[in-house]
Amino acid sequence: MTTAKADLELVSVTKRYGKTVAVNAVSHHFRPGSYTCLLGPSGCGKSSTLRMIAGHESVSDGSILLGARDISNLPPAKRGTAMMFQNYALFPHLSVTENVAFSLKMKGVDAPTRRKAAGEMLELVDLTPLGDRLPDQLSGGQQQRVALARALITRPQVLLLDEPLSALDPFLRIRMRAELRKLQQELGISFLHVTHGQDEALALADEIVVMNNAVIEQAGPARQVFNAPRTEFVARFMGGHNVLALTEGHFAIRTDAIGLAPATAGKLDAQITAVEYQGTHVSVTARTIGDQDVTALVAERAFFEHPNNPGDRVGLTWEDQDLHHLTT
Amino acid sequence: MEKILANRAIGGWLMALPLVVVLVLFLVLPIILIVVVSFWQATEFSIIPAFVWENYEFLFGSPVTYRVFLNTFKYAAITWALTLGIGFTVAYFLAFHIRTQTWQIALFLLCTIPFWTSNIIRMISWIPFLGRNGIANSALMSWGVIDAPLEWLLFSDFAVILAFVHLYTLFMVVPIFNTMMRIDKSLIEAARDAGASGVQILWNVIIPLTKPGIMIGTIFVVTLVMGDFITVRFMSGSQSANVGRLISNDISLLAYPSAAATAVILLLTVLIVIGILLRFVDIRKEL
Repeated sequence: MTTAKADLELVSVTKRYGKTVAVNAVSHHFRPGSYTCLLGPSGCGKSSTLRMIAGHESVSDGSILLGARDISNLPPAKRGTAMMFQNYALFPHLSVTENVAFSLKMKGVDAPTRRKAAGEMLELVDLTPLGDRLPDQLSGGQQQRVALARALITRPQVLLLDEPLSALDPFLRIRMRAELRKLQQELGISFLHVTHGQDEALALADEIVVMNNAVIEQAGPARQVFNAPRTEFVARFMGGHNVLALTEGHFAIRTDAIGLAPATAGKLDAQITAVEYQGTHVSVTARTIGDQDVTALVAERAFFEHPNNPGDRVGLTWEDQDLHHLTT
Repeated sequence: MEKILANRAIGGWLMALPLVVVLVLFLVLPIILIVVVSFWQATEFSIIPAFVWENYEFLFGSPVTYRVFLNTFKYAAITWALTLGIGFTVAYFLAFHIRTQTWQIALFLLCTIPFWTSNIIRMISWIPFLGRNGIANSALMSWGVIDAPLEWLLFSDFAVILAFVHLYTLFMVVPIFNTMMRIDKSLIEAARDAGASGVQILWNVIIPLTKPGIMIGTIFVVTLVMGDFITVRFMSGSQSANVGRLISNDISLLAYPSAAATAVILLLTVLIVIGILLRFVDIRKEL
């Protein structure tokens, strides 16, 4: 299955509901054939952005370009995108095969042809034996694959996924995200995946786009966004970081880049407030003089060579190169 | 005593007892009574308890019975088609075109306003409207649409059906609206995403998913129309008959056994109709 690779581009796309601005002049270029995660807390505008690209929400301002075409005002099925819905939105009265073949039926493709095409799609997602079941008779993971097959049968250039894993239990979530990633690489088309879970985004994405308050806070490769957060929001949302207010300004530093030293021997003095054993690491939370909470993730062995208890005074150490200056 | 209460089976039966008593007293017993009476003998001046088939023999031997049953089916079929058409449209409009829930509830309540008055009053109020010198005729004449008053407006099958549709459309709207409100809106979006047009969405998604509601509404309307007698009497000016009127005539002549036999046959007919309807659609998920 080969599809022409096309760039998806947002040009100051805006969505207004009455006076509230849900998406504020967002511009971004999505590389073709990449897995991109739109990441952010609920209400940040990521879902509205996705729904505008899909065509289920009108664009108040700006344009959406796919390939060389402006698709902002096209109906959903004419855009070259396909959407996979959060709760899968499978038709409960149709069998798995009929669900997958639905778009072909709407196009007027005859029954044998569309059964064959649906069969191929079901093979792609490993559901061939379940073609005659109704959606109710499937597990969550199977339903999700049906939804995937139904979206992919339209041969989209971009597949839009609206929180596709949120309805699954944690164990299945990890398995399905690996499958999504594998499928994207096999098909070579762009996947645009909306999520509020940073672990999901880190595990899946070539590129992470972090949104907050209707704008993009930071976009870039997963490692870059995690290791070099530009704003305090990104640092806190991605997790695994401390935000330190030093005399030179605000800095982000990874929790595992902070070490413990005897009192007054470190760069900052602090009193330990909590020690939490996490298996491979020990998470030590300490409060500094200026009442900042700092978490240090210390390797298990290193910690138990010099164990500390809540109430102990310690010094916090780090390498200056690990500090990342934050804009706000 | 405690031992008996501890027994789960007996506890369950005890809990079901009040409902069983009510149903037996007010549903099962009366029906048994009607069946029993339908086998009694009747002369012009007396009713004799007996077990004879003569009421049924007379009923099935008379061509009037077949004509009246046919007429009853005709009323039921035409009323069903019209209430379904109107009811589906109204429910569709309320469920898919009204965006806010407040407006949905407000408009839905508006639909129920006619139910604040009694059936009889709503029926009678058609009479001055449809009569020979009524509002409808005088308006049509003053517009020059017709020269002479239309005779078929009142005391006709037209009037009967009109009254039925007026009385019973809400029974179609409510269950259909209820099922439509349960349709996940993202299904509509998914259909649109797959390239379905408005008509295709209606035909391939909304109607199949609304079937249980349509079926419940159908059962309401069909049973109400088949069991009705007063509407037919008023609106046809006693010129048409349905099974209900057959029974009410028998009762007014004190021919209770004959009335009971007709009632048993009507009950069986309606049950068979519902049985056939339930074959088509599984309404259990709606209940």
